[in-house]
Amino acid sequence: MQALTNRSKIASNKKMSFMERIYFPAIVKGMFITIRHFFGKKATINYPEQTREFSQIYRGMHVLKRDDEGRERCTACGLCAVACPAEAITMVAAERKSGEENLYREEKYAEVYEINMLRCIFCGDCEEACPKEAIFLTDRIVESEYERLPFIYGKDRLVEPVDLNLRIDISARQTENVLKFKQNKRFAHNK
Amino acid sequence: MVFLFYFLSAIMVISALLVVSTRSPINSVIYLIVCFITMAGHYILLNAQFLAVVQIIVYTGAIMVLFLFVIMLLNLNKITVPTKTSLTRIAALITGGLFFLVLIAATRLTFEIHPRYAFDSKIGLVSEVGKTLFGEFLLPFELSSVIFISSMVGAVMFGKKDK
Amino acid sequence: MDWTLYIYKTIFLFIIFLITLVIAMYSTYGERKVAAFMQDRRGPNRAGLFGLLQPIADGLKMFMKEEIIPLTANRALFILGPSIAMTTAMLTGVVIPWGGTLTIGGREFSMQIADLNIGILYVFAMVSIGVYGIMIGGWASNNKYALLGSIRAASQMISYEIAMGMTIVALILSTGTLSLHEIVEHQHGIHWNIFYQPLGFLIFIVCAFAETNRAPFDLPECETELIGGYHTEYSSMKLGFYLFAEYINMFISSAVIATLYFGGFNMPFIDQLGLSPNLLTLLGSAFFFLKIFGLIFLFMWIRWTLPRFRYDQLMNLGWKKLMPLAIFNILATGAYYYFTEFN
Repeated sequence: MQALTNRSKIASNKKMSFMERIYFPAIVKGMFITIRHFFGKKATINYPEQTREFSQIYRGMHVLKRDDEGRERCTACGLCAVACPAEAITMVAAERKSGEENLYREEKYAEVYEINMLRCIFCGDCEEACPKEAIFLTDRIVESEYERLPFIYGKDRLVEPVDLNLRIDISARQTENVLKFKQNKRFAHNK
Repeated sequence: MVFLFYFLSAIMVISALLVVSTRSPINSVIYLIVCFITMAGHYILLNAQFLAVVQIIVYTGAIMVLFLFVIMLLNLNKITVPTKTSLTRIAALITGGLFFLVLIAATRLTFEIHPRYAFDSKIGLVSEVGKTLFGEFLLPFELSSVIFISSMVGAVMFGKKDK
Repeated sequence: MDWTLYIYKTIFLFIIFLITLVIAMYSTYGERKVAAFMQDRRGPNRAGLFGLLQPIADGLKMFMKEEIIPLTANRALFILGPSIAMTTAMLTGVVIPWGGTLTIGGREFSMQIADLNIGILYVFAMVSIGVYGIMIGGWASNNKYALLGSIRAASQMISYEIAMGMTIVALILSTGTLSLHEIVEHQHGIHWNIFYQPLGFLIFIVCAFAETNRAPFDLPECETELIGGYHTEYSSMKLGFYLFAEYINMFISSAVIATLYFGGFNMPFIDQLGLSPNLLTLLGSAFFFLKIFGLIFLFMWIRWTLPRFRYDQLMNLGWKKLMPLAIFNILATGAYYYFTEFN
């Protein structure tokens, strides 16, 4: 078989020389390696006190955006659910009644919108598939729970608040490259 | 000191009786260990510290470990009582009784024995034991080591696979 | 009756037991820290400052755990096992000279509980009895893995005791005494035995690793093969006793190595300092403990560097490598003294 990298070592059963057979030099060498690590820099980050710096395009918990007037953008088209490779998204669509124009932007809206965070692989395909720019991935972390049920996030936890000051900022992730990639439908998974 | 002597002797006799009377081999080995440790205590009472420690190292620490090792490996904990005929029982009773008579007859005389030499409190210390072994008893000592070597070589011979 | 001496010895005994226990307790913390640092981690740092309360938290956890005695186990022996392991581990510290002599109010107090004239042999005796803790506990568990662990422990201990005893013979040849106190005094200043018996020291330290069941010789509790070895079935504080006995053994064997090969409470240039004798004694004890801590670190360092031996490799090393080397060491030492001193 051809080696994929040149890092693998070929094992050999050659006779060991006397210096190799008394093992002592090898043990001392090993002990120097460990003592170097003893005084070396530690890889651990003290989590609650320090947090690791996220990448700019980190894909964390989802948000369902509202528009400038505070109306939900989602129209429950189901494209995100179709695009989802992990089948984590489900929704129930409903028709907008008169008098609800200030709540929902489109005539059809999602009455129930659930994402199972245990199934979600945070690939971002839902964001890419969304025609209404309603769902986005943010740099927030899905919190840990003791049971499985709380991991199914409903609209109460996904939709951002109406108050303009409490809106969730998604601009960090929407870099030029990401936008360009999104426009290139050749890479899209939902064509 | 007298109290210690009787205390150690009591433990020793009881554990020695238990060695032969318990059913489980593991338990009897453990009682034998207790017996040996009290014997080491007796040596210390006689100011023979070297003998006491050697008793613990050699008998309790090595030989009894091997005993225990073998019993554990063979898993001899199952109680097996071989059937005995009444003839063997009577024979055992007679021989045991005779042996007991001989023992009593022998120990009856020991109460009247007086030591030939005055008790030397240093006799059991390492230096004294060493001087005696390598001075007066050099030849028997070396001969016994030769016997040990030959037995070790024999054991290795048995252990080797046939070619 | 000299009551002050009795009272002093009793108090000193308690202090030594206390120090042994505290050091063993913090060895567990030290072990976790050393392991973490060598693997680029941080180790326990949540309980108290730098995690210093971690051993107390661990001890509390051990006490709170449910105590289980398996139904098929031999109850009496099951309890006897950890007790023997702990007792023999604690008893060895009695003969180690922890320092010189203190003079208080015109009376001399030795910082050693019992100066036996056969100190080294006493240490050996305690080590050889210590095997029973592991053997009996492993057998009484009535579990095949525990039994395998205890059988391994027994054969390993017996095999390495031989090489260990042989190296000690060479050491006794050069010092001429079996008393640990006299061996220490013989190494006054910087005349430490390690400079005269380097080969003996190497053999002794390898055997000490094997006798304390520390990696790379921790086959009796080999997690990957035997689950937990002899303490597979143990829980709660009985398990705690076994684990604790291992750390006490490590501390005591470090102390024995420091006494035999690193000059005990001797320190270099002690005569040039010109301090009062009491201060010198305390300084010597502090230096002794420094040596012990260094050796404990060496124990941990090796554990987190070397992989575990295979069983046949262990036996090969003990019988075919270390024992001939130790005999050679005796011969070389004897020849040296024959040709230099008796001419």
